[in-house]
This record gives sequence, structure tokens and C-alpha cells, in this order.
Amino acid sequence: MKHPLALAISAAALAFTTTALADAPQQGGTVNTIVQPEPPGLVLGMIQNAPTRVVAGNIYEGLLRYTTDLEPIPQLAESWDVSDDGRTYTFHLRENVTWHDGEPFTADDVVFSADVFHRELNPSARAVLQHVESIEATDEHTVVFTLIEPFGPFLLSFEAGTFTMVPEHLYAGTDFRNNEHNDHPIGTGPFKFANWERGTVIELVKNDDYYEEGLPYLDGVNWHIIPDGGSRAVAFENGTIDVLPSGTVENFDIPRLSEMDNVCVTEEGHEYFSPYSMLWMNNREGPTADKRFRQAVMYAMDREFARNVLWNGLGKVPLSAFGSNARFQDDSLEPYDYNPERARELLEEMGYDGEEVTILPLPYGETWTRWAEAVQQNLREVGINVRTQATDVGGWNQRLGDWDYDLAFTYLYQYGDPALGISRTYLSDNIAKGSPWNNVEGYENARVDELFNEAATAYPDEEREALYKEVQEILHEDVPVGWLMELGFPTLYRCDVKDLVNSSVGLNEGFRDAWLDR
Amino acid sequence: MSFFARFAQNRGALVGLIILLMIIAMAILAPLLFPESPWRMVQRPFLPPLSQDGFPLGTDTMGRNVAAGLMHGAWVSLLIGLVSTSVALLIGVPLGAIAGYYGGLIDDILMRFTEFFQTIPNFALAIVLVAIMQPSVTSIVLAIALVSWPPVARLVRAEFMSLRNREYVEAARLVGQTNTTIILRQILPNTLSPIIVLASLMVATAILLESSLSFLGLGDPNVMSWGYMIGAARTVIRQAWWLSFFPGVAILLTVLALNLVGEGLDDALNPKLSRER
Repeated sequence: MKHPLALAISAAALAFTTTALADAPQQGGTVNTIVQPEPPGLVLGMIQNAPTRVVAGNIYEGLLRYTTDLEPIPQLAESWDVSDDGRTYTFHLRENVTWHDGEPFTADDVVFSADVFHRELNPSARAVLQHVESIEATDEHTVVFTLIEPFGPFLLSFEAGTFTMVPEHLYAGTDFRNNEHNDHPIGTGPFKFANWERGTVIELVKNDDYYEEGLPYLDGVNWHIIPDGGSRAVAFENGTIDVLPSGTVENFDIPRLSEMDNVCVTEEGHEYFSPYSMLWMNNREGPTADKRFRQAVMYAMDREFARNVLWNGLGKVPLSAFGSNARFQDDSLEPYDYNPERARELLEEMGYDGEEVTILPLPYGETWTRWAEAVQQNLREVGINVRTQATDVGGWNQRLGDWDYDLAFTYLYQYGDPALGISRTYLSDNIAKGSPWNNVEGYENARVDELFNEAATAYPDEEREALYKEVQEILHEDVPVGWLMELGFPTLYRCDVKDLVNSSVGLNEGFRDAWLDR
Repeated sequence: MSFFARFAQNRGALVGLIILLMIIAMAILAPLLFPESPWRMVQRPFLPPLSQDGFPLGTDTMGRNVAAGLMHGAWVSLLIGLVSTSVALLIGVPLGAIAGYYGGLIDDILMRFTEFFQTIPNFALAIVLVAIMQPSVTSIVLAIALVSWPPVARLVRAEFMSLRNREYVEAARLVGQTNTTIILRQILPNTLSPIIVLASLMVATAILLESSLSFLGLGDPNVMSWGYMIGAARTVIRQAWWLSFFPGVAILLTVLALNLVGEGLDDALNPKLSRER
């Protein structure tokens, strides 16, 4: 018999899948896909880079999943309650879950994973855990998190890749990094680790004892490792590969591949990360220290053009500091439309004297190089004396870390909630030399600091919303950084692979519900 | 027979000269015919050649005019070729002259130094130099010059060794001319013809080197060069052949023309040595 809640989940799943609602899923078949580059290991929780997440997200699970609207839905936790003061979170776990080695999954595993394993190994989980006072298993299937103070984005932190559940019986009391089971990961997910031929393929097979009745439909998933981008495109063209996760082929190949017969493209499945491309502008010195100059840059850039031409029409031109997938986005702000006239006025008003401004492109391949050329040309056309400096990844990291730049391209993940992925770019206590990921632009505004900090721990959401609204207005006016693009990272797949992308982390857990219509 | 008549006897050289003059004309006319920056995005991307007035060679991945890029690129390529060759001569000629004239220990030291540069593959060294100095016109010119001076030094040294014991040099020494005067006034002028021929070929090599560097993404990101155009078009070669074809032809023609001219100069300057035709 199906649990009523499971029914509710399937209904929810149906609501946000776009394909083939009428078709009944078929059992069987193996999907061939690509992981790029080869992951350093598969123990999620120990390693959180993108290739590990995309493979191991099918082996391991978290307490919650998130819809493409970033609403939490059950995964290992069947339901949860939040106390009225926003400080106590109680998770009720599923009762019929076993690890891949047959041991039952219990509340002790959750406490161990969160309180011991992640505190030691996982910096992103640690950032959340600093708000947590205690984690307790009140019975075999109930876990209570008590927070020091309310923390708005807490429920968004339980994604499998960030807050992985690892088996206590295999890891407790061992040296985690040298544990013998690291070579053969044991999770609770729909697929089990089968084989890893280094440099060639990682094979996952169906978990017959998966707790969701009937899932997964596939017999297995093979993650091929093909080092050359051109060869990956060819492997997809000739049918060896069924699914190309985003980022595995060059942008310029995408239109050609997506026009092939029986090939579907989706931009969904990145809502949790929402990669947001920005132009760092050095707020400390030079013309970029002047607000009017930074506004002029925003008006001078033809971002619609960049989206249509460079990103093949994928992605979104952003409005402001908060991306469209971020919670609490204020969409009433006046957009910085392409307006060279306005840019020239602003430059004149500030008395810009033609001082040279340098641009540092992101050394991540052709698309980014072309984009820097386009922005350079846009800026020249409004009279900014701009020069591009080519650099490699090491040089780019170093120069941003040393604040030795005027304008520089980058992109950052937003993680759904402003307190997780957005405030870090604007908070003044996040200014520190040596990292290209913090408040690199050197923006300092006491009111913004205050609002962000207050909003992170405010409760309930209405309160947070009001605070974030004010912060967005200030940022929109000050333009600490240039907002370039909410990047569209398309996944390409054969159209007969159904229900592939169905949550906000996409392929990272997509094969759970996928099936082959062959 | 006059110099030019001897030059013109080599038909190939004449053709080469004409092509070269056309390319120089392109470089000079570029700012007049296409006053706007070649980086300007002016039309829809990927317009094929001849499909629209004003865009005889089509537009590139970002809607930039390929014809404008080609004309402006001619200027960049020729400039880099000429300047880097001049710098290479400034290094190679004095070193070769001193080594060849003095001989002995000085020769040994200078030639070992030269060989040090010769043993490293040109292109690999150029890549490393540009990568270290950050890509810019200056660093590219310097890198090309630094990898291409050793043949000059060796050529000049060989010439000096064969000339330093000639009677007119002995005579100059007898009347008390200093070594510097003898090197500059007596021997150097007599080594000019092989240097000129070599230099014309070096310009061609330098243009190729610059194109290869730009192709690899190590060009100056602020100037539109032919190598850059091909490098940027490489990725879309299956969709838009014309983006790499035209600059490719331009490089081919320029290098061919310079080689033909070099050969013609060789014939004209060394009538006795030139091959029978």
C-alpha cells in the first residue's frame, strides 16, 4: 500500500515535471552519460565538487530534496515540524530505509553525519552548523535540531550534496579520510556503486531495496570519462552517450547538438545553485570607486546581446543583486537596460577623464573570452578607455585575491537563500585578501551589513522579506558589482530519456525518477 | 643590369612584391575604409559572405565585420612582423659581428650563448615568454625577437669570419682604423645582402609565429589580428567556414609573398650565387 505522503510526493513530482505526463514509466535499461572532469572520489560529504556531486548524488541522499521552486520536499525525512520561535526543527525519518549493505538507516546516522562527520570535514555544512546548538535523536526515527537563534535558510541546507547522510556503522570512530569504505561508497540512494575503472567509466547499478516502491526504473547508469570536449560532443552525436550534463560540451556546440533529431534540452535543474555571473568592480580606487561610473557600466553593457549571441539565448538578464531564483527577490526595481546615452551622461556628470580601466576576463574558455570582448567594446562605445588583460586561472585567482584589478568577470552560486549565497558578496566583514570568492569588490556599507545580518536570523519570513527589500534598493542604487547574467546551464539528452530533471539540483539526483522510453 | 631588373627577372618575386604591396595598401587603407573599430558588433552574427551589402566577407560569431577585421589585421600582422624582425636584427647582428670578428674565447662564449637559445624549440619558448610577460603587442614582439635572433647571429658570424682576413680589412687595420670602425664601416656593409634576404624571410616567420600565438589565445586581447580571427573561429568551423578561411588565406598570401620577395632579393643581391633559371 502506498503511504498517503508518498502519493502527495508523486503528485508534487508530476506538477513540476514537464514531459510525458500521460506515459507510464517503463522499467529497465541503462543510461550512458558523462562526468567531467573525473571526480577525485565519490564520498559525498567528504568531497563537494561538481563532478562528485553529480555522480554520488545518486548514491547518497539528504534529509530533504527541493523542487525547482526551492520548496523542500521529503527525502530521508518523511516530514518535519518547526517550532513557533523558529529555533527547533524536528525531522521524522522514513522507517523502511536501509543502507546499501543492508543495515537500517536510523536517527543515529543523522546525528553522526551532522554532528561528527560534517563538523569535521565539510565547510559548507559547518557554516550552517554554527547556528545549531544541539542535535539529538529523540527516538530511532526522530531527530531534533535546536538552533542558537532563528536562521532563515536552515531548511534549505539539507540538500544531499551539502548535508549528506553517511553510515555511522562504517565511519564512527575511524579516520574518515582513510576509511576503507571510501573506495566503495555506501549510501541510501536509488543506485549502488558497482565499479570504477579509473579514466574510463564509473558504473552504478539499481538499488533493488530502494524505499520508494518501483523506483528507480533504470537498471543502471554509466558515467563515462572522456577528457576531450570535442570527443564528448561526438560521443553524444553518434549515440554512445544519452545524456550530456551541463558543462560537458562547449557552448558553441550546443546549438548544433540540440538541433539533432531526438535531442531535448532543458535549463532546469540548477535552481539550487543558480550560477550568477557578475563583473567585479573595484570599489576602492580608480574610476570604479565612483558609484556613477559603476552605474554607467551597467547602462553601457548590452546584456541582452550577450545572452542571445554568446549564450545562445539561454539564461536570464538579471535585475539586481538578487537573482530570480533567490528567495525574497524584489522585482519592482527599475532594470538597468542597455542605454549608452545614459551611460555617457553619467560619465560626464562624474567628470571621467579617460583614465585607463582594465578588464580581467574569466579564463574558462571561448565563451568567456568573447564575452569580455563584447563588454570591452560596449564600454569603449560610451567613451571608457578600457584595456583587456588576458590571464590564466592562477593569475586570475591571484589578482582578484590581491585586489589588483579594475573590472573582472566571475560567477558565483546563490544557494537559494540570500543568507547562504548572496550576502557574502556585499558584507564588509567578508573583505579579506587572498580569496577571489568573498567581498572582492571592497564594498562597505554599514546599513547593508546591518540589514543582511538582521535578515539572516529574523523570523518569520515576512520580517526577512522587508529587510531584504531595503537591502536590494540600496545595492541597486550603489551597484557594488555589475550584474551580468543568471547563467543558463543546459542539459542535453535523448528525448526518450524521460523525467530526467525533476528537482532543483537536476542531474545530481535525476536518475532516481528517470526512465527509458525505448 | 640594374638591381630592379635583376629582381624582376625572377617572375615569382615580382608576383610576391605585388601581393605584398596590396597587403601594405590594405593595412594603410584600413582606417579609411573601416573607420570604426573592427571589434564593433555591427550586424547579426554568422552572416555568410556576400549575403548583405557592406559585409563582403560576412560577420563573425559576434556580428563583427570580417572584412574590417581582415584589413585592420593586416596592419597588426605587418607591424609585428617588421618590428620583431628589427629587434631580432638588433640583437643578432652585433652578437654575430663581435663573435665572428674577434674569434677565440669571445666567439666561444657568444656562440654557446646562441646555441642555448637555438636548442629550445622556437615556438615553445615564445609561448612561455608570452605567458610569463602577459600577452600584449610588446611582449609578443619581444618574444618573437628573442626566439628568432640566433640564425641572424650565426649568419653574420660566418660572414665576418670569411671577410675579416680579406685584404681591404688588412689595409684598414694598417692605416690604424679601430676595430669598431672596421666592423661598422668595412665589413658590415659587405654582409648586408644576406642579412636583407634573411630578414625578409624572418618577417614571414614572425607573422606566422604571431598568428600561432594568437590562435592559441596568447595574442594581445586588444588588437584584432589574423591569428586571433582564426583562433576564435576554430570552434565554429563546422558552422561558419568563412571566419577562418579568409584570414587563413591572408596569412598564406602574406607569407608566400614575403618568401618570394626574399628569393628575388637573393637573386638581385647575389647575381653570381643565384641559381640558373
